[in-house]
Amino acid sequence: MANMAFRGTPKQERELRKFIRKHKDQPGAMMPVLQEAQGIYGYLPREVQEIIAEEMNVPLSQVFGVATFYSQFTLTPKGEHTVSVCLGTACYVKGADKILSAIEERLGIKAGECTPDGFFSIDSCRCLGACGLAPVMTVDGEVYGKCTPESAVKIIDSYYEEV
Amino acid sequence: MKKMINLKINNIPVTVPEGTTVLQAAKAVNIEIPSLCYLKDINCIGACRVCVVEIKGRRGLTAACTYPVEEGLEVLTNTATVRASRKTTIELILSTHHKKCLSCVRGNHCELQKLAYDYGIDEDHFKDEEPQYEIDDSTPYVVRDNNKCIQCLRCVSTCNNVQGIGAIGQIRRGFDVRVGSPFDQGLDTTTCVGCGQCIVSCPVGALYEKSNIDEVWDAIADPKKHVVFFTAPSIAATLGECFDMPPGTHVEDKMVQAIRMLGDVKVFNMNVTADLTIMEEANELISRITSNKVDKPPLPMFTSCCPGWIKFVEHYYPEMIPNLSTCKSPQGMFGALLKSYYCQKNHIDPKDMYVVSVIPCTAKKFEVSRPELGNRGIPDVDVAITTRELSRMIKGAGISFKDLKGEEFDNPFAIASGAGKIFGATGGVMEAALRTAANILDGTNEKVDFMDVRGVPGIKEATYRIAGQEVDVCVASGLANARKVVEMVKSGEKNYLFIEIMACPGGCINGGGQPVQSDSVRNYVDLKSLRSAVLYNSDKDNDLRCSHESPVVQMLYDEFLEKPGKAKAHSLLHTTYTARGMM
Repeated sequence: MANMAFRGTPKQERELRKFIRKHKDQPGAMMPVLQEAQGIYGYLPREVQEIIAEEMNVPLSQVFGVATFYSQFTLTPKGEHTVSVCLGTACYVKGADKILSAIEERLGIKAGECTPDGFFSIDSCRCLGACGLAPVMTVDGEVYGKCTPESAVKIIDSYYEEV
Repeated sequence: MKKMINLKINNIPVTVPEGTTVLQAAKAVNIEIPSLCYLKDINCIGACRVCVVEIKGRRGLTAACTYPVEEGLEVLTNTATVRASRKTTIELILSTHHKKCLSCVRGNHCELQKLAYDYGIDEDHFKDEEPQYEIDDSTPYVVRDNNKCIQCLRCVSTCNNVQGIGAIGQIRRGFDVRVGSPFDQGLDTTTCVGCGQCIVSCPVGALYEKSNIDEVWDAIADPKKHVVFFTAPSIAATLGECFDMPPGTHVEDKMVQAIRMLGDVKVFNMNVTADLTIMEEANELISRITSNKVDKPPLPMFTSCCPGWIKFVEHYYPEMIPNLSTCKSPQGMFGALLKSYYCQKNHIDPKDMYVVSVIPCTAKKFEVSRPELGNRGIPDVDVAITTRELSRMIKGAGISFKDLKGEEFDNPFAIASGAGKIFGATGGVMEAALRTAANILDGTNEKVDFMDVRGVPGIKEATYRIAGQEVDVCVASGLANARKVVEMVKSGEKNYLFIEIMACPGGCINGGGQPVQSDSVRNYVDLKSLRSAVLYNSDKDNDLRCSHESPVVQMLYDEFLEKPGKAKAHSLLHTTYTARGMM
């Protein structure tokens, strides 16, 4: 797994700890705390989960259990740019899996991961409602339709050219 | 007095107290409803669906382990629907279970295998891709093989609720769901203390001790090695269970003979160094109480013989390390004595001496790896093997254990007091220490039975009058209980002088290295009481009741150690601890 060094700031940590102290005694506080933490940091690395475990006085295994159960939580950081490949039915039968593979190969990471330089991360999603344009992918929310593995790679490369 | 409830199970009338579950009520009419995830006092979550029954008037099937009895309830435990459901459930569990039963540690006494047999299961009915998990053998004491795990969560409940540690939990979701440590990193990256209670609660072979059997056989086969075994007090109270003897059978004599039959080895009695621990610990306690020094070590003093408890303090309460007795555990003391006193006396180079301790405990495997428990890179104890490992060696050697006549321990470490024997049960170390402390302070041996600290409750308190002073003591077993006691001490709520802690509920007789008894025993029999009764009966029958009366202990001080707590004894028999943090 591509691992980036944790770059949390003291300000972020203060904000998280303050939130937890306010909410930890209410039942079912773990979910809102994890959501807040992901809101602050963008993801839930070990360092953040350790703060949560310590403040909420629960074992780290419990925090990790919840964080890995819900697919909305991510343990890897998002890149500066996020490419998301639709794997919904229409896109899938039109070869979305090959597009995802081509992007994964181009960036050297798997879906759900982030490049070591923090520039790109890959996600997959289920149906953007643009089935007429299948197969579809988005970069930072911008939709690209009728993709091929070759055109998808070109789109990715274009973001590097902008730099 | 609880209200009594009348119900029918398979048309047989039964009356049980309110709050009893259907599963427990069925046992009253001699029906054992099968289960996998349920384990009395540990796990009651109704997750595995093996214990399902039909209840008249209720739709669908009901989990018997969680359902409390009701007046007039009519339960059917063995209908075609129930049997078909159980069969499918077991076949589904087996679909992802790594079925390497021939070489599995739980081979002949696996709860899943028994169910598969009882229900005539086709193990390949739902043949599918088996997940391939890496085996976690990152610690020196426990191995986790998730390929065999059936997600019953007994280990998770034990670790979280009974021990209050939570080194493991259920992680990820869907097909990827598994039991593991945070971030899928090895158990050695957690605050796991190595108690091994997860192992004895596992219904299958997903958890087991890291075995040292091969190393022991190699040492026995090596003509240069002087191999010495010593056995902890509780081994004689449990080893028989591995040979189908009923729980609560005392097999000390057979055990000694069986070990001697493994090869050219000496067999010593660890109760001797339990006695020695008491001499040192009682003296340490008295000096803490009576010392006027400004920098004297603090009270209360906690016992230090349990390695799971020690690692717990090092992780969670490093600020309490000064409150731990500095005494090594009986295992640590024995190792140190064997590689000094015994080697010198018998002209053996410590390098050629191979010390095997037989212990009821997996945390002791970690203890022997502590660098402070050795001398210039030579460990005091070479390996620690569990009761289970010893039984496998005896079986592997083809010894008819049950038919053995029995023999006695080897001199000079044969004779020990009853106080040393009861070390293996919760409250035993406390009682042994009180016997000797009372003698040192009052000069009498009048009181030897301290009944208030006996028995299986998780926390016990007592006040005794010693040397004209009221002494408040506390005994706890199970680390969740230990945590409560430490918190009460830290907050000033309690003012104990002396506290005994054992990591495993009930003490060493219920240790993580003890024979694994299946749910069909543990759900209905009080294993802890049966096993500890062996120790207390043996103590009662012993002519020597107190550690300071032991002739072996007296000889050791006369010949070698000089005086308790003094220079030579202190350097050999006392140790230091390391703050470890939360990892």
